[in-house]
Amino acid sequence: MAKSFPEEVLEHVFSFITSDSDRNAVSLVCKSWYEIERWCRKRVFVGNCYAVSPRILTRRFPEVRSVEIKGKPHFADFNLVPEGWGGCVYPWISAMAGAYPWLEEIRLKRMVVSDEALELISTSFCNFKVLVLSSCEGFSTDGLASIAANCRKLRELDLRESEVDDLSGHWLSHFPDTWTSLVSLNIACLGSEVSFSALERLVARSPNLRTLRLNRAVSLEKLHNLLCRAPQLVEFGTGAYSSELRPDVFSNLAGAFSGCKQLKGLSGFWDLVPAYLPAIYLTCSGLTSLNLSYATIQSPDLVKLVSQCRNLQRLWVLDYIEDIGLDALAASCKDLQELRVFPSDPYVVDPNVSLTERGLVAVSEGCPKLQSVLYFCRQMSNAALVAIARNRPNLVCFRLCIIEPRAPDYLTLEPLDAGFGAIVEHCKELRRLSLSGLLTDRVFEYIGTRGRKLEMLSIAFAGDSDLGLHHVLSGCESLRKLEIRDCPFGDKALLANAAKLETMRSLWMSSCSVSFGACKLLGQKLPRLNVEVIDERGSPYSRPESCLVEKLYIYRTVAGPRIDMPPFVWTIDEDAALR
Amino acid sequence: MSMPFEEHDYIGLSETPAMENSEKLASKGLNLKATELRLGLPGSESPERGNGLGVLKGFISGAKRGFSDTINGDSGKWVFTGNGGSDVDLGKNGALFSPRSVNGSGSEGTSLKEVVPPSPKAVHEKKPQISAVNGHGVAPAAKAQVVGWPPIRSFRKNSMAVNPPKSDEDAKLGSGCLYVKVSMDGAPYLRKVDLKTYSSYMELSSALEKMFSCFTIGQCGAHGVPLRDGMSESRLMDLLHGSEYVLTYEDKDDDWMLVGDVPWEMFTVSCKRMRIMKSSDAIGL
Repeated sequence: MAKSFPEEVLEHVFSFITSDSDRNAVSLVCKSWYEIERWCRKRVFVGNCYAVSPRILTRRFPEVRSVEIKGKPHFADFNLVPEGWGGCVYPWISAMAGAYPWLEEIRLKRMVVSDEALELISTSFCNFKVLVLSSCEGFSTDGLASIAANCRKLRELDLRESEVDDLSGHWLSHFPDTWTSLVSLNIACLGSEVSFSALERLVARSPNLRTLRLNRAVSLEKLHNLLCRAPQLVEFGTGAYSSELRPDVFSNLAGAFSGCKQLKGLSGFWDLVPAYLPAIYLTCSGLTSLNLSYATIQSPDLVKLVSQCRNLQRLWVLDYIEDIGLDALAASCKDLQELRVFPSDPYVVDPNVSLTERGLVAVSEGCPKLQSVLYFCRQMSNAALVAIARNRPNLVCFRLCIIEPRAPDYLTLEPLDAGFGAIVEHCKELRRLSLSGLLTDRVFEYIGTRGRKLEMLSIAFAGDSDLGLHHVLSGCESLRKLEIRDCPFGDKALLANAAKLETMRSLWMSSCSVSFGACKLLGQKLPRLNVEVIDERGSPYSRPESCLVEKLYIYRTVAGPRIDMPPFVWTIDEDAALR
Repeated sequence: MSMPFEEHDYIGLSETPAMENSEKLASKGLNLKATELRLGLPGSESPERGNGLGVLKGFISGAKRGFSDTINGDSGKWVFTGNGGSDVDLGKNGALFSPRSVNGSGSEGTSLKEVVPPSPKAVHEKKPQISAVNGHGVAPAAKAQVVGWPPIRSFRKNSMAVNPPKSDEDAKLGSGCLYVKVSMDGAPYLRKVDLKTYSSYMELSSALEKMFSCFTIGQCGAHGVPLRDGMSESRLMDLLHGSEYVLTYEDKDDDWMLVGDVPWEMFTVSCKRMRIMKSSDAIGL
């Protein structure tokens, strides 16, 4: 019927709508809005590379400038997904090379990126500006050399924690001398040394450089050369922060740091030598983000440092900080929003540091803006969890890893059901939760009924029976991602809640009690799901249906079963179910 | 049933299941010897730490068992019996889940002890774990830990691996730090200090006081009461300066010496480890 607004007006209005979910909502209003929206969508996020195909993407959205794609399931970070599972980006690059000549940004997470893919990127998009490879693998420094050589307009190259085949450091020299648009460079994950003089020249000719994260191989003595050439830096990651104690090195460093008046974030600090810490003291009052999670220094030094960072919003640190350091943190850093405490020696059974639940309770008491927690520790109690929940109902992300699987409340020896129950009850905005410790089915009842905004849930070594999984799948209205390992959850809960799986992005279950027969049923009944069985013992078809599968990955998709599966992955679909 | 080196997963299931195992497992019953949860130190019955040091009540050794990723296909049902409740005997010695018989139930107990790998060292996995695909007869190499647990990314593991806090090596010279172990009689665990961060015996002594004060006072960790009481620290100083404890160290000749006799620099170079000894034991130093 008659349109209320001309298309141009609607398009203009839509241009103010940037969030993906809002855009998706807009496209569902009516056909004409769908059409207008799809023509003007510039940024697309694909949460699961197998949920949709490159062709579907390029057909629907012809004018995309920025793409973000995620590949492997999260548990791939912990080696639970076998090598070769998939997540290869090449087909995407190939499709986009044809469809999006004006593409400017590619952000990938947990994908397999080959040198060929990188080369294709570098030659297909003349306006290419941003490349972020987060936890990716499959490429070498040769691929980086192509990017460096060909992307004349590159602004951002971020290799965040990717696994790079480090053939040499020469790739950096491929950036032409005329290239001055660098804004952000993160090479922290690289092992080998890049040519320092090339780095120096690069920094010197990049007046817009805001973020520079070096790798471990860059020595401390040379740092000041870079910092002096980039006093406008906002985020800086050092290399190895250790050297013989020399006054000239120290004073150069301190001088250089004090020249960087805009510095808000620091990271790196491998092999940190405490004697050199004071060099950064002058920057502390401006710091909002500090990543000391590779710094093996003890709590007295950490306390001294952290107490000066009054504006700190994010702290990543090793458990060397101990309870005593967290007390200091709680007292000094009232703006703290995110805390991550990593274990210094996670494979030793006895605690090597005095970090307990007390530290976390202290931070929850003292830091009113605390929203996001990742905490590795060796003991926890229900009382502590209840205290944390009551102190911080504004928690959005709570990930607790008690190192020993199935560790109970160390005071009462009971399961930690009540504690985690309090977390989901009080923290009504909780979106992400990771459980650990001794947990029965009861905790899942709490989570299912009270975790209304929960989007991602990670479960390990927990629960007693299918009832636990049933509670989660029949509750948790907002659940998108569920990952489970080593829990006694099986067929009944899955089959009873099969429809729920289509409302979620994905479900991962490994070392649980799901039979192949149940997988077949799911694959048969729900064609819009890909039910993938990962089994390295050989084909599940060669065993009785009652046999349990090793690993199961179920995700919704409009692209049908994938065609790039390795020999140890089977997609169970309707046809397969009839075999 | 007990083979000298049988791969056990972390709850005590053996990798080579006799059919009896699987049948038992198939029944959802909790009376399963094979699924006893044992959380004692390898080689010990149960940790004898009754008193107040709640920190370590039995959180030991779970991670030390070999872990088999494979669900035994043949047995079909692998039912995990976690904390069922009824059969878990929260036994007296502080062991969390006392096995049917804490004090060694013959073959089951023995084989478990023998199986625990000798060193709890981290096995840094760069490749994902491939389960024993070739049939359940082939046990994977005994591992000190569960695959992918604790959940730490490879990048972090590899970074720490280059400069790990080694538990067995006492001193690392020339790398900018000099970590030595410090033990205290009666304390449940050791600490490590970097001698290079101190420049005198005074600094070392006050650092040690802070580290070990909670052990002498006793209840600091167990009841979650923070050690803010000024009295306690001064009490510790009295203890250390007084007669109850002495600080000793093992030098390069493997002799135990009293700390403080030689110049500081000489001490840092020759000290391999330290021990805070009860004075009553220190006769003869």
